[in-house]
Amino acid sequence: MKGRDLGELAVRNLREALLRNSLTTLGIGVGVASLVAMLSLGVGLQNLASERLARSGLFNAIFVTPRTNFEGYNRDQQGQAPPPTGESRPLDEAARRDLATLPNVTEVYPDIRFPTEIHYNGNPYATIVAGVPASGSSDSAFDGMKGRFFSSPSADEAILQIDLARQLSKQSDSLIGGEISLRYAQREPLPAEPGSGKSAADAPAGFSIVPHEERLHIVGIVETEPEGGFGAFGRGRLLIPLAVAEKLRATQTSDLRDLLRDSPVQRTYESLTVRVTGASQVQAAENAIKALGFAAYSLLDATRSLRLVFAVFDLLLGIFGSLALIVASLGIINTLVMAILERRREIGVLKALGAADSDVRRLFFVEAGAMGLLGGVFGVVLGWLIGRGINLGTRIYLARQNLPAVSVASVPLWMILAAIAFSIAVSLAAGIYPASRAAQLNPIEALRYE
Amino acid sequence: MPNNGNVAVRTERVSRQYQMGEATVHAVEDVSLEIGAGEFVALLGSSGSGKSTLLNLIAGLDRPTSGSIFAHERNLAEMNSEELAKYRSHTVGMVFQAFNLLPRMTLEENVELPLRLAEVDRDERRARVAEAVNRVHLSARLTHRPSELSGGEQQRAALARALVNRPTILLADEPTGNLDSATGDEIMLLLREINETLGMTILMVTHEAPRAQRFAHRQIRMSDGKIVSDGVRA
Repeated sequence: MKGRDLGELAVRNLREALLRNSLTTLGIGVGVASLVAMLSLGVGLQNLASERLARSGLFNAIFVTPRTNFEGYNRDQQGQAPPPTGESRPLDEAARRDLATLPNVTEVYPDIRFPTEIHYNGNPYATIVAGVPASGSSDSAFDGMKGRFFSSPSADEAILQIDLARQLSKQSDSLIGGEISLRYAQREPLPAEPGSGKSAADAPAGFSIVPHEERLHIVGIVETEPEGGFGAFGRGRLLIPLAVAEKLRATQTSDLRDLLRDSPVQRTYESLTVRVTGASQVQAAENAIKALGFAAYSLLDATRSLRLVFAVFDLLLGIFGSLALIVASLGIINTLVMAILERRREIGVLKALGAADSDVRRLFFVEAGAMGLLGGVFGVVLGWLIGRGINLGTRIYLARQNLPAVSVASVPLWMILAAIAFSIAVSLAAGIYPASRAAQLNPIEALRYE
Repeated sequence: MPNNGNVAVRTERVSRQYQMGEATVHAVEDVSLEIGAGEFVALLGSSGSGKSTLLNLIAGLDRPTSGSIFAHERNLAEMNSEELAKYRSHTVGMVFQAFNLLPRMTLEENVELPLRLAEVDRDERRARVAEAVNRVHLSARLTHRPSELSGGEQQRAALARALVNRPTILLADEPTGNLDSATGDEIMLLLREINETLGMTILMVTHEAPRAQRFAHRQIRMSDGKIVSDGVRA
């Protein structure tokens, strides 16, 4: 029998026992819906975690420090790079330029943070200043912030962390647009001895530390605690553009080390963060940085284990979701076995009129597949609606907790297609037994059946 | 008798036994016969005489325990189940006592069913259904369901279904068994017309001897699975 005729006959048969077949299809639909809802939750949470982590800058960042001679300090280097020889290379301006020219590197910036005393309305407050690189604007920490991000990388502007803002004023929102004064310890080169005629290279060793004051406009308040993770700037309570922070020449802990160097006038960095275009470029860049003579760390291994955790999580959700579909497949077997009993005589007539065993088998298969297709489509719609419901509920809950809205359930196209295909496959598998039983029916006995 | 000398059906020492618990039932035993192309043969006998079993064996719905059956010199025993299905589809047409129309299909769809199974093109199907339905004078009832037809009309529809694929052998199992006398005669007249105009071989199982005598060219009588008489109408 041709496929089109087979389809027409199958649809006619399904319409005939409409209630029973609809209930069976509904059962499959509920099974698929449970599978889709479970998987959408798994995929949604995975997407959420990946997105937040990607935006936190943890997975495209490499943390660079000067190579130290402390044995065992950097376990990564063991067996990978040649052991450090001679003097470790300082992390200075030249090193920063070298790092910036490496392939796929988008940004190289130092971690600048320093203690300060800020003055607002005549009262002093001690806090920590952190420099925010230009790429920080896309950081998830600034989602839902009050006010705005810095107008330019060199603007004399500040963003306050909410706790600091509350310290400064009970009505923290009113701080935006105001001005604060920042007092800090500035590193000053020692003045050359008058009349000595010596060149800059022969400038006296050391530097002086002098208090300095800077005025900044408050442009925003970060509502949520910025993530204080690796390569981030979260621990600072007062955030200013990195270029401004560098310009201030505030004293850093690395200054102490500079004092011990031969040329203390040349400033070095305690650490530099190198950002690359994507997580996949991290390994190559890390190796290149190590080849330049620095120590480098990244969180690649952490991403790998995160993916593994989510793969197991999805698998478990998929198994639980599939259970309902397996139960639904028993419904298909039951429906089709009942149909054989009811249509015994019809099967006998079909065979007497020239239907081969394979025609009868295919007819029952198509009926099972059609129920799987319809149930699959219905289940995907239902599962998608459940996902939307979960998202809506989560948003309402987060809004009540004053947290930014997120989507925890996601139904991508591949999941829709896979769920429908799985539904059809399970239905066909459920149809194997009834279809072969129908095909093997003895036509004479079937025709005699009343 | 319109026999052109060709043999339509030949059985050679055909037996069919069933196991009923411990007992073996010899439904058909050692039957050898030849039916010429274009013959109208009535297979007579009482209930349980084995006539329907023999008809089912010739129809390819059942396989003999021993012996051979040839239809147009093709041995049914050598056919696999797919080939037997093709044989039932293209070579034989069947009519049953209980009509066996599919109740949810219209008359037209019932008649079309063998053409669907034989994978005949849709355009061709329409023409063949019209031709077959016209032959049994039911053109006005195409869209009716079996429940909306009288017994005689249902059997005529079943006849159209048996003819639609243009088989060479028509096998009828008690075709008038569920009909009153007048309607039964109508069906018999139709069978005779089909036999005479199309030259189709007809093998009809019946227990109504007078009807067999009136319409069939030849009557084969069976009892206890064996042929007890085989006679041509005078």
